[in-house]
Amino acid sequence: MSKISNENISIKKLGKATNKITERYVHIEDVGMRFVTKKGEFEALKNINLSITQGEFVSIIGHSGCGKSTVLNLIAGLLQPTSGNLFCAGREISAPGPERAVVFQNHSLLPWLSCFENVFLAVERVFGSESKVQQEARTYAALDLVGLSHAIEKRPNEISGGMKQRVGIARALAMEPKVLLLDEPFGALDALTRAGLQDELMKIMQKSGTTAVMVTHDVDEAVLLSDRIVMMTNGPSATIGEILDVQLPYPRKRLELAEDKQYNHLRSELLKFLYERHAKKAA
Amino acid sequence: MSAVNINKDSLKLQESLQQVTNETTVDSLVAANEDNTHMKMLNSKTKANLPHVAKAKTTAQIKTIAFFKTTIPPVFGILLFLAVWTLISHQQPVLPGPVSTWHSAAELFAHPFHQNSPDDQGIGWNILSSLQRVGLGFGLAALVGIPLGFIIGRYEFMSRMTAPVIGLLRPVSPLAWLPLGLLVLKAAGPAAIWVIFISSIWPMVINTAVGVSKVPQDYMNVAKVLNLSEWKIITKISFPYVLPYMMTGVRLSIGIAWLVIVAAEMLNGGAGIGFWLWDEYNASNYEHIIIAIFVVGIVGLLLEQILTVIANRFNYE
Repeated sequence: MSKISNENISIKKLGKATNKITERYVHIEDVGMRFVTKKGEFEALKNINLSITQGEFVSIIGHSGCGKSTVLNLIAGLLQPTSGNLFCAGREISAPGPERAVVFQNHSLLPWLSCFENVFLAVERVFGSESKVQQEARTYAALDLVGLSHAIEKRPNEISGGMKQRVGIARALAMEPKVLLLDEPFGALDALTRAGLQDELMKIMQKSGTTAVMVTHDVDEAVLLSDRIVMMTNGPSATIGEILDVQLPYPRKRLELAEDKQYNHLRSELLKFLYERHAKKAA
Repeated sequence: MSAVNINKDSLKLQESLQQVTNETTVDSLVAANEDNTHMKMLNSKTKANLPHVAKAKTTAQIKTIAFFKTTIPPVFGILLFLAVWTLISHQQPVLPGPVSTWHSAAELFAHPFHQNSPDDQGIGWNILSSLQRVGLGFGLAALVGIPLGFIIGRYEFMSRMTAPVIGLLRPVSPLAWLPLGLLVLKAAGPAAIWVIFISSIWPMVINTAVGVSKVPQDYMNVAKVLNLSEWKIITKISFPYVLPYMMTGVRLSIGIAWLVIVAAEMLNGGAGIGFWLWDEYNASNYEHIIIAIFVVGIVGLLLEQILTVIANRFNYE
């Protein structure tokens, strides 16, 4: 497996892009994160360096507790690093905002609003200058994109877990974010629903070309969806262990990949990292 | 200790109330399930002609069983209560038994809204003037208590600041406030409303505060990512989330207000069910005392039921 340094990113989707900002669309520079707990200071992350190219899909994988969600929350701006800097599109990340939309693991839909209203809340905020008709059209389009046109008036408790997550994705995409952040988006779903949503997410990401960062602990999900996979060492003081380049051509098909040599090689590289070199002691 | 901690009692009450509502829904679910299983049984009957099908219960049978399961125990309880009451009234002849109370009630409720003099009004008027007092005192308490709860729940500083005062004032017996009311307001009517106000405000303050402080971090993260304005956060997230908590507070407050009204009216005079109860005691109409107790109980139960129905409309989960 080849280690790929940050300065030497291979640009696949935007082959011609050479601009510094598109190369370092999301730029994490020597970031460390300490939490103050009752037992004293706890160093969750140290020396995190990562650059993500515009249009790239990057997965962060690691054992639970390794701080991968913390990395995502730092990019989202929900947390502030205790050392180092984060940039998005050339500007320092100082607070959360709709340009870095988050798809939360537990969907986080507001239960008293319908699917439409949940998405509209986001659209209204980001596209406030547009007319109400345009905003509604955007909301319909986002829900249509995730295949939920038939359930727009339903409340979250009236739809399945998979559908809730679709609404979560629609809400995030409707904001037309610069970066889409996915925090174990399919972690709470059953295997079949998860596979279906992964395929759809892949199509949507191909169509929109949005930059995305996804936290996951599913090896197949990471290989299937990503252009690069960031593997994190175990905490405390977790950091980036290795970065795996996934050069499988698009569109990727789950069934064909199952027998693909390169796919299986990547898969086993990930497994070796997670279960040999950085195995987690059974709790 | 924060104001939130003081709330253990009302939370416990709230839990038990929720349990009651849960049980009723479980009952109806079970009933629905029974219907379902029965449908399946019917299907298997027509399809397979299984030998043991004859054992299957018919819909009518299942419905009868469910009916007896839910009706028999309460009926039994009421009969037992009446029996004990009769027994005691035989032992203590001064205490009216169920039969004489019933006759007296029939007479009384024949003209609930007659009005001869301020001291001789129909029971309907007495109930209405008590309800009016409760409405006024409780309404004022809601007007002050709910916004106060929001502020206490939203800002930890406010919570810590108000905790000692609320902790001190909340356990004070409602009637202890009456002399203060009389002293300052110089009239019996407003003093009674004051007593209701001060004793029914706490559950609303505390439950609202608990609700606001419990708004899940997930929702607040959504608000942050969407960059929602403070107004949108209140109207779209905090308020809808807090509503069920608030409604529990309202329900507890109304209960307390209704508890307090009888005592306040007994001391204060004027019209009202509490005053009437005391007046009938002085006039030696002992049946009427028991009727008054039933009336207070039934009106309280109705208030509780109405608020439960309203509260359930705000339950989204």
